[in-house]
Amino acid sequence: MANKRPPFWQREKYTPYLLLLPAILTILFVVLLPLIFSLYTSFTGYRLIRPETLWQWVGLRNYQRIFNDGDFWVAFGRTILFLTIALNLEFLLGLGIALLINKITWGQRTLRTIMMFPMMFSPILVGYQFKFVFNDNIGILNNALQALGLSDGAIPWLVDEFLANFAIIFAEVWMSTSVFAILLLAGLFAMPRDPLEAAKVDGCNSWQVFRHITLPFLMPFVFIAMTIRSLDVARAYDIVDVMTGGGPAGRTELLWTLIARTGYDNARMGQANAMAYVSILLSIAFTYYFFTKLLAARKYMGGAE
Amino acid sequence: MAEISLQNVVKRYGKTEVVHGINLDIAHNEFVVLVGPSGCGKSTTLRMIAGLEDITDGSVSIGSEVVNDLPPRKRNISMVFQNYALYPHMSVRENLGFGLKIAKQSEAEITQRVNEAADILGLDELMDRTPAELSGGQRQRVAMGRAIVRHPEAFLFDEPLSNLDAKLRVQMRTEIKKLHQTVKTTVVYVTHDQVEAMTLADRIVVMKDGYIEQVGTPMQVFNHPVNTFVASFIGSPPMNLLPAVIRDGAVVFSDGNTLPVPARLKDLVSEGQKVIFGLRADDLTPVGHGITSGGESAQLTLDIVLSEPLGTETILYTTIAGNEAQGKMFGPRDVAPGESMTFDVALDKAHIFDAATGASVRVH
Ligand SMILES: Nc1ncnc2c1ncn2[C@@H]1O[C@H](COP(=O)(O)OP(=O)(O)OP(=O)(O)O)[C@@H](O)[C@H]1O
Ligand SMILES: [Mg+2]
Repeated sequence: MANKRPPFWQREKYTPYLLLLPAILTILFVVLLPLIFSLYTSFTGYRLIRPETLWQWVGLRNYQRIFNDGDFWVAFGRTILFLTIALNLEFLLGLGIALLINKITWGQRTLRTIMMFPMMFSPILVGYQFKFVFNDNIGILNNALQALGLSDGAIPWLVDEFLANFAIIFAEVWMSTSVFAILLLAGLFAMPRDPLEAAKVDGCNSWQVFRHITLPFLMPFVFIAMTIRSLDVARAYDIVDVMTGGGPAGRTELLWTLIARTGYDNARMGQANAMAYVSILLSIAFTYYFFTKLLAARKYMGGAE
Repeated sequence: MAEISLQNVVKRYGKTEVVHGINLDIAHNEFVVLVGPSGCGKSTTLRMIAGLEDITDGSVSIGSEVVNDLPPRKRNISMVFQNYALYPHMSVRENLGFGLKIAKQSEAEITQRVNEAADILGLDELMDRTPAELSGGQRQRVAMGRAIVRHPEAFLFDEPLSNLDAKLRVQMRTEIKKLHQTVKTTVVYVTHDQVEAMTLADRIVVMKDGYIEQVGTPMQVFNHPVNTFVASFIGSPPMNLLPAVIRDGAVVFSDGNTLPVPARLKDLVSEGQKVIFGLRADDLTPVGHGITSGGESAQLTLDIVLSEPLGTETILYTTIAGNEAQGKMFGPRDVAPGESMTFDVALDKAHIFDAATGASVRVH
């Protein structure tokens, strides 16, 4: 009796695992298994409408196809371009808004709340909203331009390649600039006053104070926002799908509208999953890049007062 | 290197006035210390000189130029802040050179001046570290280095040592004094520590509630305080301040103890005047345990409440007419509480203040 060991689930060593078991199981079934399954299907000729193709192993064929698929690489490039433009615009606008709000002495709270409104709408609704703003016949933009006599014809906002991409970026920026604005405002609130004053005494004018002291202090906040937003934009789907559906003729196709079309409309799930895995590399690359930057920028923020 | 002059300088935040029209002339290369209790307006005054606060009224001039409307960068002054205020994202070298870089000095000039400052302050080893990697004392030295590289007209210090531990504070105090002797520049230094004020200053400015109470050399302020506030603020332990009445040419305490009015003050007091008798602990010494000055003196017999041995001397706590008084015993022996001792009172060093106004009866 004295030396009898308790059954293993009662041993102290296993308690943490036992307690974590529900979480581990959930992650296993909800995340890991689907992930493995989708990875597996990317090596098959799986078509949604023909379940038996799930067992049709094709090796790397789906991946080989991607490398010869011009449409995919155009969408890939367009996504990177889209991401670069949207992130930079949002950064500049967000910084401007944060600096202005930081200056005012009353109504700050209200403005901060108002600023968050665009984030509260579902992207789908933002998409519809801008679809109607930019619509060439009934859109308020064209109507307004015509009423003001600034344009006589209907400008094809969502049809022309350049204008359509511009319209989508506009919607994206409208919805998400506040992410930057709010994070940068938090950074400005946390900014110590002394180095700013020291810089003024050291001979800086306002621009130099901003350039040499404020901006470096804000950089970690910028990189956090960039990380969040690059993940967001790299998987952009809803706004594009609602506004243009990736068209016309693929002129606004981004990675995920292309993947969704391949997987659901064309039912080629195996191929779509292969594309998705290649696309994820993009997100990983951006996240890694901004994260390294963040760590570098944070290093000196440590204990210095 | 310039004189600084404050004329009727007033500072108001909204409706509250915190500095009430002060006047102060600081000479070329002078080391002036503003001292006073917390909240008396020292920092505000200094920041008005620096240009970090607007001047509500009056004028501040540096050199011969009125600088009221000049931004800090046009005033050619350096400031050392209480929290060091180093630029966290720059190395020590960049911190030191930043002001020069902004002023568009040549690379060679910057290197030369930065190295010179690093030499003076012993920063050579630390040049490539960031502020986060420095100790408090080292950060303070970098902050001072940043101030001296620019060869400014004047240095402004706002309680630069208050974040350091006691030992380092004493050490840095000496360094600041040496620094002033090396670089010879006008210095305005703010502190609430009267020891710092005494040891560093060419002249001390004692402030209270937005007014200047007294301006003078450390010895003037120590030996001839103009009122009870200055008397109690400068010197440690603080001067004993004992209420009394003048009767028949004597200072009479309410417990019946009397002391003759010091000869030099005789004509300055009037019969029946309510006064405060001021005496430093060094001038209230047990017979045989004082520093004999050979001046005018009297004796009092008092009961000891408490004694605090410090080694070379012992502080004796006693009461005169219910008010606590401290004496000093040089070349001390053991003292038991309750013991009755006879004290020498150095009348030639005693002060008399009017009880109603707190002002010294002695007019300078
Ligand atoms: N921005 C401000 N708004 C309103 N009142 C202020 C402001 N800054 C300072 N004061 C007030 O001005 C007075 C003087 O402040 P100041 O900072 O000059 O004091 P100080 O002598 O430097 O004190 P300390 O030794 O604590 O630093 C204080 O009563 C303070 O409350
Ligand atoms: Mg202060």
